[in-house]
Amino acid sequence: MNNNGTTINKNAQQIHEPLFQVTKRAYTTWQKAWIIRAVAIAVALVICAVVIVLVTGLNPLNVYGTMFEGNFGTERKIWNLLREIAMLLCVSLAVTPAFKMKFWNIGAEGQSLIGALASVACMIYLGDKLPNGVLIPVMLISSVLAGALWGLIPAYFKAKFNTNETLFTLMMNYIAMQLVAFCIVFWENPKNSNNVGVINSSSKSGWLPVIGDQKYLLPVLIVALLTAVMFIYLRYSKQGYEISVVGESQNTAKYVGINVKKVVLRTMAISGAICGIAGFLITSGVDHSIRSDTIGGLGFTAIMVSWLAKFNPIYMVLSSFLIVFLEIGASSIATDFKLNESIADVLTGIILFFIIGSEFFIQYKLKFHKRDKKEA
Amino acid sequence: MLITFLSKAVEQAIPLLFGSTGEIITEKSGNLNLGIPGIMYMGGCAGIMGAYIYENSVAVPSPFWCILIPLLSSVIGAGFLALIYSFLTITLRANQNVTGLAITTFGIGFSDFFGGSLVGIMGGDGQLSVVTSASYFKKSLPFADNLGRVGELFFSYGFLAYLAIIIAIVAAWFLKRTRSGLQLRAVGENPATADAAGINVTKYKYIATCIGGIIAGLGGLYFIMDYTGGSWTSGGFGDRGWLAIALVIFATWKPNIGILGSFIFGGLYIAYYYTGNLGRSAGELFKMLPYLVTIIVLVITSMRNKKENQPPESLGLPYFREER
Repeated sequence: MNNNGTTINKNAQQIHEPLFQVTKRAYTTWQKAWIIRAVAIAVALVICAVVIVLVTGLNPLNVYGTMFEGNFGTERKIWNLLREIAMLLCVSLAVTPAFKMKFWNIGAEGQSLIGALASVACMIYLGDKLPNGVLIPVMLISSVLAGALWGLIPAYFKAKFNTNETLFTLMMNYIAMQLVAFCIVFWENPKNSNNVGVINSSSKSGWLPVIGDQKYLLPVLIVALLTAVMFIYLRYSKQGYEISVVGESQNTAKYVGINVKKVVLRTMAISGAICGIAGFLITSGVDHSIRSDTIGGLGFTAIMVSWLAKFNPIYMVLSSFLIVFLEIGASSIATDFKLNESIADVLTGIILFFIIGSEFFIQYKLKFHKRDKKEA
Repeated sequence: MLITFLSKAVEQAIPLLFGSTGEIITEKSGNLNLGIPGIMYMGGCAGIMGAYIYENSVAVPSPFWCILIPLLSSVIGAGFLALIYSFLTITLRANQNVTGLAITTFGIGFSDFFGGSLVGIMGGDGQLSVVTSASYFKKSLPFADNLGRVGELFFSYGFLAYLAIIIAIVAAWFLKRTRSGLQLRAVGENPATADAAGINVTKYKYIATCIGGIIAGLGGLYFIMDYTGGSWTSGGFGDRGWLAIALVIFATWKPNIGILGSFIFGGLYIAYYYTGNLGRSAGELFKMLPYLVTIIVLVITSMRNKKENQPPESLGLPYFREER
């Protein structure tokens, strides 16, 4: 019967028909979206386990146990985890408004670094001149201004000449790094070590005050506050709405009378300024020093965090936790099983591939065509 | 001194030239592959891994396999990453920036991991080093030594260096003069129009991205097998991958200008060692120059707004036929 059907219908079958059709889902419930993501992460973890076994011959369950241990093992480890999440989250918050506007700011690395540089410069040159109550606000302001400036330069050229912002901001990262390397030559301590060392280690001037006996509590709280502010700004303010409109369609924005250039400049200034805050927190609250790799790739990781969370600051808490958890976990695997530290990046990479791929299945629906149609 | 400087500049230039030629071909299809730094690492690492495994499995390595095996492993390694990128961005329509950065994370991580621990995994000890294979990669033309300065400047490099220049010239010719090159550019400029004209957008994007990745990977291979003489140092490749992306802009998306640009970048990269007693601080500023020059070129080309010097129109944008 079926065979017969195909022969009769041979002419109709000659029309090329794809095996499946891809259609955009009109609406995906959040439960469904998270189930798809969870499946992707689970598959990725299985593949990671296979990689670990192939490379090391260890029992993957032990390895995952080590990951948990590395993240939550002691109180100190938990605070480290929180600190890392806070720093990554801070930079992710910074890139979010720009991304929502479809301005591909991949210069968060440089914007944060230049903020850190401004803070450190204040610590070094004003450390013995100003009391902490004045110095820390001065540091914060100069970091914010430096970061905003670093973000505004590419934004200005984007608005004025439509210069490609992805490439421009990328290059600005390396200018910032070389600028820091340049300054380190003057600030290094001891001489010729190419290392600034801990600044003001005895006077602690310019160090963020320690509250509640926890060194990292204050930076974590600041970032938590920032997250809430950014959520409200993007969701409920007029400016946040303008950002969404410009991101959806520049033409629509023009027709409804939004000054696109102004929005681009303002948003990039905000983006850079928050990067500056991240730089300030890292130097004043955590490192009390600077290297050209102080930011350590956060600017790039933040892009993935922000994108995975669909530019929603609240979800970004989750996605930055996921990434930091993986990184800390993988590096504790590395130390425990005497592997090279870079295994962390390998595992993170594999998991990212799967999460990135899973977004497709959240947004689109595959419709398989049935070969034996009714008309046969 | 000048000759030494120039030939050292060429050595620095070759990885950048491979990288930028690969990225230009990729970008011409509209894909902004920020995974190139990772892919270049991978190309180098896969090459040295192949060479190490081969050298350790035979008693007397033959020159033929010593060259072919690293070359093939490099092509497979870099091609594999480029394929992942293509699959995610073209078929699964993922964001190009995010995917590219993930590729870079993975590629550098993978390379540093295996570069650092392959010897241990295979039960040996010491550093990952393949001197025999590297010596074949470094072999310069036999008459180079007899030609004095001319020989040093033009003929003292391994075969990959000449390959880089040949590939760049061929790529320039391909993009400018062939029908497929024209169609590839059409895909990068406006995929919807290309699609309407009957060009298979998906196919062009896949092939261009994969071939581009493979060419870039050869840059990593040159760095490992020729420049460093076949020994792996973690992070030794540095930020050359990003510099290669900068070079794409500097060359205004033309591989033949990329040749000249790579020599300039290579020179700037090491100029500091030849500037006399300017001190370390000036050296750091010198290293900033390639990036600064790139920004200036980027700004000037966008200000002049000349059509042929612009990035491909739809660079970085995904293309879905259904969403026009």
